[in-house]
Amino acid sequence: MAFQLDNEDLGYNGDPVLRGISVTVAAGERVAFVGESGAGKSTLLSVLQRRYDGNAALIPQDPGLVRSLSVFHNVYMGSLHRHSAAYNLMNLVWPRRKEVERIYPIVQRLGLGDKLFERAGELSGGQQQRTAICRAIFQGGDAVLGDEPVSATDNHQSRVVLEALRETFETVILAMHDVDLALEFSTRIIGIKDGGIALDAAARDLTRSDLDFLYRD
Amino acid sequence: MAVSILSAPRAPRYSSAVKTSLGFLAVAVICLLFADISVTTLDPWSEMKRMAWGALTPDFAAVSGIGLVIVQTIAFALSGVALGAVGGFLLSQVFHLGPVRWVCASARAIHELFWALIFLQILGLSPLTGVLAIAIPYAGICAKVYAETLEEAELPALRSLPKGTGIISAFFFARLPDVWVHLKTYTSYRFECGLRSATVLGFVGLPTLGFHLETAFSEGNYSEAAALLIIFYVLIATLRYWMRPKLVGFYLLAAPFLLGGGQAIELGNIVRFLTVDIVPSPLRQGGLLDGQTWSNMGDWAWTMLVDQALLGMIGTLLLTQIALVATGVLALVLFPLVSQKFFGPAGRTVGHVFLVVLRSTPEFILAYIFLQLWGPSMLPAIVALSLHNGAIIGHLVGRFSDEVRLRPDSPRGLNLYGFEIVPRIYGQFLAFLFYRWEVIMRETAILGILGIATLGFYIDSALSDIRLDRAMILIVVTAILNMGIDALSRRIRSRLHLSTQAGRA
Repeated sequence: MAFQLDNEDLGYNGDPVLRGISVTVAAGERVAFVGESGAGKSTLLSVLQRRYDGNAALIPQDPGLVRSLSVFHNVYMGSLHRHSAAYNLMNLVWPRRKEVERIYPIVQRLGLGDKLFERAGELSGGQQQRTAICRAIFQGGDAVLGDEPVSATDNHQSRVVLEALRETFETVILAMHDVDLALEFSTRIIGIKDGGIALDAAARDLTRSDLDFLYRD
Repeated sequence: MAVSILSAPRAPRYSSAVKTSLGFLAVAVICLLFADISVTTLDPWSEMKRMAWGALTPDFAAVSGIGLVIVQTIAFALSGVALGAVGGFLLSQVFHLGPVRWVCASARAIHELFWALIFLQILGLSPLTGVLAIAIPYAGICAKVYAETLEEAELPALRSLPKGTGIISAFFFARLPDVWVHLKTYTSYRFECGLRSATVLGFVGLPTLGFHLETAFSEGNYSEAAALLIIFYVLIATLRYWMRPKLVGFYLLAAPFLLGGGQAIELGNIVRFLTVDIVPSPLRQGGLLDGQTWSNMGDWAWTMLVDQALLGMIGTLLLTQIALVATGVLALVLFPLVSQKFFGPAGRTVGHVFLVVLRSTPEFILAYIFLQLWGPSMLPAIVALSLHNGAIIGHLVGRFSDEVRLRPDSPRGLNLYGFEIVPRIYGQFLAFLFYRWEVIMRETAILGILGIATLGFYIDSALSDIRLDRAMILIVVTAILNMGIDALSRRIRSRLHLSTQAGRA
């Protein structure tokens, strides 16, 4: 069992946003959380992330970049746990050819090839978001948890990103605002409304109109 | 129609900031009653004329051989600040530990001139004396500022690091890079302070610009002194042109070799200082089991505490409180000179030059100059401290006032000043001023070396009588007083909710 919550109230300091939540995500699933903004998707994601003790990469909504470091360095940070401190510092000061060659294809695929050595702080919002995704991909692991990872990218880019995540990670859990993309790339859709789970079904059994009620008052 | 007759409230209610200010003003006025502010020189006017004439006729020919001295001044500043910054950085990593905080607070509570006087006793007139005198207090202040900078930084990247990332990798990748630029800016500001410190250390004998300034002033060669001061200003003003990031490494490598020779360090002196000199004299002379020794010790302690420490503290506090309020008043008068709200570009340029000169000149040198004019009373110290610190705060407040947004039909002149600007900048102004309080006190103590009746006077006398035991006690008293003022200032700032962000200067 990869991720599990059993009838829990979730929220900040005794003020639950979500009540009585039970979710189980098995390895190999691709889950999309959908629902209006503020419904509690981020809350649910962050709890799942904290509970998970395996090897999961994160794509937070705030991309969590070091603004004064280059795209290369930010992506390299996904591998800090794999190397000794000395090797990491060497790469901080002078990137090794080997690491550059490992990272470049990932960055290139997500359309940041020409930005490899630019500072993350100087990139656009969408480019920063993709840098954070590159970091998660480079980090690897059995699962990825992403909070609106494609909110600032165009449709084509979004497909590239989601495809890359699908190839890299066995289990993918994303909060998404684009319902069509969610249906296209997920195996399972969990709809959140009114502080609870309003829908939990296999993506292939759903159409767009089945999800409309989540966004109605 | 009903007419309601409401009586207007009689008096406005003053904010706690205003009440606090009035309280400090009242204290300063009372202090002024007890302070000696007499002019004791016989003919200050003719001396002032000679000085003014000297200032107008700087004699660069007399200082033609000064090149090496400038290089040495820079070398002392670089070595001292570099050592202090590295030490401070290491300390900042363990700054959360109580004892580390305490050691850093003590290191910076003692002025670099006092550190120099201490090391002169231990190491003699060796280059290491000058370097350590700068490095130790600077390490204390850098540790605090670096630690706060690292703590205050928002570091979202830390949260997205993979599990199992080592602390060293996490520090250098996710923590340091985004605060690096702040640390760099602060350290280069510290280097500018270091140049001033290195210069002032010349007044106690180290081979820097201050040594030659002191000589020129004491011999009445005011044209030569003016030339030296102009060189000093040019050095500070051109800092960003010669202190290039690419050259720092080279400078740092060269600096230790440019400090000059000086006396060799003798181990015997160090041992004697630590084991004999600083032991209270009654204990040194009598047996530890002898009752007479302890009775002598009691007398010694009483004399020390009442005759010297207490008197010195009173003098220091009187001068500090007067200088603090004078600084505040002056800053409020000076800041419009550099504010876009009051003057056009031409007027502001004049204001900037004036303030830059005042704030670049160490208060020690200003006090030294005024002392030549008026003799040793508190007057030269008050004027020097308030001019220097008033210029610093005036500059900061002026910059802050530029950000105030006015309505299009706002008043002008004094009305603008009194109704629109001062009320808006007052909180920030007080934050700056209270930040300087502890700095002013530290300087006040040090001005005693020039003969003003503050703690520094008693410390200097004890040192010249080679009574190191007394000097050390008095230095410790000074440090404690300084930490007390720092704590009080922090309390007042937090009670008045004054921002502590921008005032770190």
